[in-house]
Amino acid sequence: MGRPVFPLALLAGLLLQAAPGLAATTQAPPLDVHWSFQGPFGQYDQEQLQRGYMVYREVCASCHAMKMVAFRNLGDPGGPFWNPKYPNPNDNPVVKSIAKDYQIATIDSDTGDPAKRPGTSADYFPSPFANDIAARAANGGALPPDMSLLAKAREGGAAYIYSIVTGDGTIAPRGLTIPPGKYYDPYIGGDVSSYWSGNPNGVPTGGFIAMPPPLTPGKVTFDDKTPSTVAQEAKDVAAFLQWASDPKMEERKQSGLAVMIFLVIFTGLLYGSYRAIWRDVGH
Amino acid sequence: MSGHSTYEPNSPIERWLDTRLPIIRFSADLLAFPTPRNLNYWWTFGGILAFCLGVQIVTGVVLAMHYDPSGARAFDSVEQHIMRDVNYGWLIRGIHATGASMFFVAVYIHILRGIYYGSFKAPREVLWLLGCIIYVLMMATAFMGYVLPWGQMSFWGAKVITNLLGALPVIGQPITTLLWGGFSVDSPTLNRFYSLHYLLPFVIAAVVGLHIWALHVPGNNNPTGVNVRSETDTVAFHPYYTVKDAFAVGLFVIMFAVFVFYLPEALSKVDNATPANPLVTPAHIVPEWYLLPFYAILRAIPDKLTGVLALGAAIGMLFILPWLDRSKVRSMRYRPTARIYFFIWIIAVLALGWCGSQEPDGVVIPGAPGPNLIDYPINSVTWLSRISAIYYFVYFLVITPFLRETPLPVPDSLYTPVLSKPDAAPGLARQSVEG
Repeated sequence: MGRPVFPLALLAGLLLQAAPGLAATTQAPPLDVHWSFQGPFGQYDQEQLQRGYMVYREVCASCHAMKMVAFRNLGDPGGPFWNPKYPNPNDNPVVKSIAKDYQIATIDSDTGDPAKRPGTSADYFPSPFANDIAARAANGGALPPDMSLLAKAREGGAAYIYSIVTGDGTIAPRGLTIPPGKYYDPYIGGDVSSYWSGNPNGVPTGGFIAMPPPLTPGKVTFDDKTPSTVAQEAKDVAAFLQWASDPKMEERKQSGLAVMIFLVIFTGLLYGSYRAIWRDVGH
Repeated sequence: MSGHSTYEPNSPIERWLDTRLPIIRFSADLLAFPTPRNLNYWWTFGGILAFCLGVQIVTGVVLAMHYDPSGARAFDSVEQHIMRDVNYGWLIRGIHATGASMFFVAVYIHILRGIYYGSFKAPREVLWLLGCIIYVLMMATAFMGYVLPWGQMSFWGAKVITNLLGALPVIGQPITTLLWGGFSVDSPTLNRFYSLHYLLPFVIAAVVGLHIWALHVPGNNNPTGVNVRSETDTVAFHPYYTVKDAFAVGLFVIMFAVFVFYLPEALSKVDNATPANPLVTPAHIVPEWYLLPFYAILRAIPDKLTGVLALGAAIGMLFILPWLDRSKVRSMRYRPTARIYFFIWIIAVLALGWCGSQEPDGVVIPGAPGPNLIDYPINSVTWLSRISAIYYFVYFLVITPFLRETPLPVPDSLYTPVLSKPDAAPGLARQSVEG
């Protein structure tokens, strides 16, 4: 049984304000993107994950938390900075230097006062806001969702994230009044009919998003000299968030291949045994 | 358990034990149990279900070592700890979550097989009733298990389903409060669901024991529905059916593994990757696929209490089936008319399942005109649910007891059809020539 496609009120709650009449929610289908991790043998493209991580760190992380991911995870097998020379990712120098750039909240062991210390590989990405209320207050009332599971929590996964990010701030059709502090995005579920003064049968698909268009050309300078177009940045960060949601995918698919080969052979042997045992028995 | 035992204790230790606790005799008799030789692959689902129960218990016990059943920590303990940090946690959780769906795939086939071949008829009514009890326990266990990851759909599913009980007069509210451990779904609800989710599988295992006991008194039904008449109708359970069941389990596990390793999210909802939030209601609260037909029956009825009673009655139909179907012929192989109504019933159940996944005012045939009938357009999911639900009940309460039909001739013995295709029965053909 397939997954029913349903737009999420959740999204409406987190990213939109005033989406009257959820029953009339519309959204454009996510753009068709080719990913290296598609299919039963698909794996992450490590260079893409590294670029995606840069986009995350320099753009997304100023508003979006990613609290389930630890620095050490960046150096896990299948992760952006996995290096077979460091089977224990805590020793990976790239991971250690990334962690050191962050200030982690701690308690002063002499005075018991709140204090800060440089991060270690074992620490988790610190959240940009102290709590949800602070996050909303800084973002016009909208809560930037945690990114640890974002690709798993949205119908369409990485393609949806790519579409939302590139569609954010799309020039609205004439006749659509965009509320202050909002941006039109055809790929987000919403109902803009009450903001539409044009033909009532031609209400634009999609909704409003509180996130300003996050990416511009050249916003991030990639270490590997890949030209940083908006499409490239969006695709890379979407791939990175896919990894963040499903960091064990490579391990899963690799084990899966071995398991399938074993099962097919084993079941073949069972079939042979079945035929042999029943050879002379009518049934 | 039935028939005389063929076990002979071979050593002094076995003889000593046999007069004190004849556990070896018991096991030997289980293995030697005479089983009809003509069982087809639909009969392998009993073994597959035993396998599923074992898998769920083993993976569940391991998950319980890493899971934290508190409202504040449950989601993170699954999505952060088990899925990311526990060695092979993603695999154990993947098997357990997918395993629930696989369990229901197998149990539905097992139930349909029982209905088609008349396995519920005398003298197997108790066997059938025990199976129905297992099915209800499975639904309760699966529902509570789905709540444990404490995602959005876990939380809101729990809210919707427990609220149904509140529709019952007088006892409804106290039962709901007791189940919630408070006045809304919250951490105490999660705690008691966790406790019950750990308890019920062992209750299921015990009822499975009774189910097998009740099977071993009359023995297996078979595709012809004709009673076993002599020893030549049967073969020993081991090795004949142990190997056939093992092969079927192998095929089943291949399908199972495809989901675990390549489609781990296919059977779950994206909402459940977002932590439970009592302040944000998902647009469409949908139960897991295996409960959808009943959910559609519930929603088809505008009155809540009537809807809840209809849902209960829909499950109740299975319990009273042995007393509704009075045909002397067991197997629908020889009941062409009954068979047609049965297949329509399967279509109605599938339609209900589809309706349960859709919005009540969703359109069934796109572009077709749909005038309103009472409350919803005739071309809406609600009306398809109603028509299918009516057929569901008519099938049990009218068609099954009052069907007039002329059954086809039933063979004299269960292996007559086997003899008619000697290629498939070299041994038997030889025997009958010699005999």
